[in-house]
Amino acid sequence: MYAFEYVRPSTLSEAERALAAQPGAKLLAGGQSLIPALKLRLNRVPLLIDLSAITGLNRIERRGNLLAIGAMTTHAEVAASSVVKAAIPGLVHLAGNIGDPQVRNAGTIGGSLANNDPAADYPAAALALAAMLKTNRQEIAADNHFSGLFAGFAEDEILTEILFPIPRRFAYSKFPNPASRFALVGCAVAQAATGVRVVATGAGANGVFRVPELETALSASFSPDGLKRIVIDSSNLTSDIHGDAEYRAHLIGVMTKRAVDACLA
Amino acid sequence: MSETGIGKPVRRREDIRFITGNGRYTADINRPGQVYAVFVRSPHAHARIRNIETTAAIAAPGVAGIFTGKDLEADRIGKLICGWMIHSKDGSPMNMGAHPALALDRVRYAGDHVAVVLADSVEQAKDAAELIAVDYEPLPAAVHLTEAQAASQPQIHEEAPNNTVYQWHLGDKAAVDAAFARAAHRTRLEFTNNRLIPNAIEPRAAVAEYDAASGGYTLYTTSQNPHVTRLVLSAFIGIAPENRLRVVAPDVGGGFGSKIFIYAEEVVCTWAARKIGRPVKWVADRSESFVADAHGRDHHTVAQAAMDAEGKILGLRVRTKANLGAYLSTFASSVPTYLYAPLLSGQYDVPAIYCEVDGVYTNTTPVDAYRGAGRPEATFVIERLVEVAAREMGIDPAEFRMRNFIRKFPHQTPVLSNYDVGNYPACMKVALESADHAGFAERKRTSTAKGKLRGLGFSAYIEACGIAPSTAIGALGAGVGLWESAEIRVNATGTVEVLTGTHAHGQGHETTLAQIVSERLGIPIDQVSVIHGDTDKVQMGMGTYGSRSAAVGGSAVVRALDKVVLKATRIAARCMEVPEDSVEFTDGVFSARGTNRTMKFAEVALQAYLAHKFDTAEIEPGLKESAFYDPTNFTFPSGVHIAEVEIDPETGNTRVERWTAVDDFGNLINPMIVEGQVHGGIAQGIGQALLERTVYDDTGQLLTASYMDYCMPRASDLPSFDVAMTNTPCPSNPLGVKGCGEAGAIAAPAALINAITNALGHEDIEMPATPGAVWRAVALRAEKRAAE
Ligand SMILES: Cc1cc2nc3c(=O)[nH]c(=O)nc-3n(C[C@H](O)[C@H](O)[C@H](O)COP(=O)(O)OP(=O)(O)OC[C@H]3O[C@@H](n4cnc5c(N)ncnc54)[C@H](O)[C@@H]3O)c2cc1C
Repeated sequence: MYAFEYVRPSTLSEAERALAAQPGAKLLAGGQSLIPALKLRLNRVPLLIDLSAITGLNRIERRGNLLAIGAMTTHAEVAASSVVKAAIPGLVHLAGNIGDPQVRNAGTIGGSLANNDPAADYPAAALALAAMLKTNRQEIAADNHFSGLFAGFAEDEILTEILFPIPRRFAYSKFPNPASRFALVGCAVAQAATGVRVVATGAGANGVFRVPELETALSASFSPDGLKRIVIDSSNLTSDIHGDAEYRAHLIGVMTKRAVDACLA
Repeated sequence: MSETGIGKPVRRREDIRFITGNGRYTADINRPGQVYAVFVRSPHAHARIRNIETTAAIAAPGVAGIFTGKDLEADRIGKLICGWMIHSKDGSPMNMGAHPALALDRVRYAGDHVAVVLADSVEQAKDAAELIAVDYEPLPAAVHLTEAQAASQPQIHEEAPNNTVYQWHLGDKAAVDAAFARAAHRTRLEFTNNRLIPNAIEPRAAVAEYDAASGGYTLYTTSQNPHVTRLVLSAFIGIAPENRLRVVAPDVGGGFGSKIFIYAEEVVCTWAARKIGRPVKWVADRSESFVADAHGRDHHTVAQAAMDAEGKILGLRVRTKANLGAYLSTFASSVPTYLYAPLLSGQYDVPAIYCEVDGVYTNTTPVDAYRGAGRPEATFVIERLVEVAAREMGIDPAEFRMRNFIRKFPHQTPVLSNYDVGNYPACMKVALESADHAGFAERKRTSTAKGKLRGLGFSAYIEACGIAPSTAIGALGAGVGLWESAEIRVNATGTVEVLTGTHAHGQGHETTLAQIVSERLGIPIDQVSVIHGDTDKVQMGMGTYGSRSAAVGGSAVVRALDKVVLKATRIAARCMEVPEDSVEFTDGVFSARGTNRTMKFAEVALQAYLAHKFDTAEIEPGLKESAFYDPTNFTFPSGVHIAEVEIDPETGNTRVERWTAVDDFGNLINPMIVEGQVHGGIAQGIGQALLERTVYDDTGQLLTASYMDYCMPRASDLPSFDVAMTNTPCPSNPLGVKGCGEAGAIAAPAALINAITNALGHEDIEMPATPGAVWRAVALRAEKRAAE
């Protein structure tokens, strides 16, 4: 690591001030992505602002037809939450399969969405569920945040809460990369009043994306049977040492089918 | 019989300190005034060094010194060595390129050592390292094993034309050709034995200091064999004479071979400690371990078997290219030769074998011994061959093996090994039963009904442990003897210290060696301490690898105990005033036959040191004996492993559903520890066959250089192992033990690939059988079926 300054504010406004005052400062949530990058000297930051002492950022609440999860809620807290389980059980399953217990006890939903790793799990759920990302300055639709057009938050922006509209059905099915346990391919399927969404993660260099062919088929009939004949175009998918584009395209079909099975189970 | 004696599943005494964080590893050692070493490593797989500019770095805060290869050369520090001379077919000695601890004018793999920075803190050393400007002229790299010998490839060492270290062979070519000529069936396989990255849980580390008053050095290091490290550092590197060099390997967190070798880092740290007059500490970080610890395996092999019409093997022909990396690591040359080909006969009565091996340089991390070292490679060759031969000939693979098993011992193979004892059919029978082989068809039907592919595979492995005797291996080119030493120090109060030249880094010697003493002296294990890993304490030793510690080290303990008992008997006789030959020693008590006189072991120990009751002109006071034990032969553990897998054809994911291991390790000192060794070995073997993939790109960059990409086995990847033993005691050592540390890693890969290919219905899959590869293989299966 390169040397850096460290503060641990106890209010959001203190954090905002610290962030505004120091160009290049970075927010620290669970540190599960940021700290490894710092250790490898891939990043040099003048100041780390640790969000862990700010109260109220890890609240989980049902608000009418919305499930609200604070940005600093850890994966383990989501996985253990009865509120989440009652509202969107598929999220409990998703959070419970991120990394390993250490990662789940430290890593946060906000950190995961802000970081937006192309193989991360939460972004798939956020896009499939058409979540709203609430920051200290605005509310951003996941559709915009993950469209590739919107390159993350502004320098002085702090994600505070994620609002998930509660769908009729939702499930996430992941084929883990055997080494990292990130998604080699993961598919989130949501059926809501506004329609069906299918989102793939792990397969695209720019992160999560919707899969229109599968959405069309599932909108016509929400069952795994209709998916079998659909061949996913592999031309824009990731090829790497863990799997080529053709394999990933195939897995999108398989994981979507399994997510649909889980939705209907 | 002692409750803590031989054969008892005594809990590992050392685990309390490991589990409670009280272990003392090299990284835990700090010396006053120490500086931290950081190595500048080559980012290129192959490059000329035009210049190394250190002016800015040397002025950076906290920097105590920066050194390059030129500084070592100026101080006449020797190059790193390879301690086993291999001769090519034509009789010429192997072509070995120089291996400087810090590069001189060329770097030969990404991670090669270019300079060392010493500073008050690690971070300062890293900061300064970034200020060093190395002017590299990148050169094309020879990266891939199967291409590296082509004339068009870049030359890595002038001394080795066509990047060929040796072209070695073993066996009778003419006899094999004749066997193939008259064969009714021939089987041919071509495959890669994948390169593995060792990944001991504790990264390598070194803390070196120089004492100007005595002129002596102390090196604390993560070593499996501290005495060999001292010998090499003094005799070849020229740091200091042995009597001025103390090497301590304290608690060491796993080695698997990777900590046998004498690496650049400990040489540089020891030398630099004197150079700058301050202790020097280096601890590898995990990223460094990936590129700087010697890797394992990496063979490309074409293997052929010739059978008669009944499936009797007539001959084997094996052609292997072995990737040795960019430099010859300490024992690299021996692994694909004398640790490999002598095991190619497996458990089978094979009349003729011929094996050719090319040792090949590439611009990659050096390759050396890794758990099993040569023997997993040999087992993979023979166990894949027999399995495929059986399938091709329509003979049940178990039956095919039964037909070919050696049944008479001793058995001389055509490839040097002389097997002393074994009972292969017995092992197979137990394995078939434990694995419920008869129920497999039903389990397969259940899997098929779920849309899954199920397969079962065997591996009837053999290994050679406790490599010996020293005269024999010396004749094969080894630069060391492979005996072991032990010293038994009995204290006046009857407690005992065992000093062993073996070194424990996870194996549990502090328990098992103490059990031997407990058994023999009839004292509880808590009165016995095992001391190892310090050249100032232990007289001499060859360390731990090759499953040698019980067979060789344990036998040395037995020999030293023999001497202790002999002397104690003489003293007891004097004390009891009876003739020596009337004294018996059982369960810790000396008794005089025909009398009611007895003395406990501790009483005799006290008398040995009081020396009041015997004539010290006749018997020396004290009770301390040592022994050097050289075995008469290797030991030959063997066994049968049966793997059962279920493949999800949709994703290519393979689940290991069942694992049966039936091993013959001879007598067991501690069955619980043996079982643990088997578990760990199988886990690593499953890792090799399913998960662990090392990938270099065409420019020689290691792409799998972290756990994000290099997949180590996790508990969830493994089934519950069903482990059983059939024990035929080993005749060539006093304990009757054979060695168990590598068995699982040797047996497992072939069993697993045999199971996967059985499920697939064809043989086209390489290790590791990753989900992506298996998915392709399933598609190939569909194509093959369609074509039929
Ligand atoms: C071994 C391992 C395995 C993993 N496996 C998985 C897996 O299977 N699936 C998966 O999805 N992920 C996985 N992860 C990643 C893990 O989920 C991380 O927790 C997550 O990516 C980042 O969350 P964090 O809280 O640790 O954020 P940090 O690492 O602290 O921060 C990450 C980035 O987000 C920014 N940030 C954090 N919080 C905020 C905020 N409130 N507002 C704005 N910006 C913010 C930070 O500045 C930083 O740039 C794994 C990580 C590890 C180490």
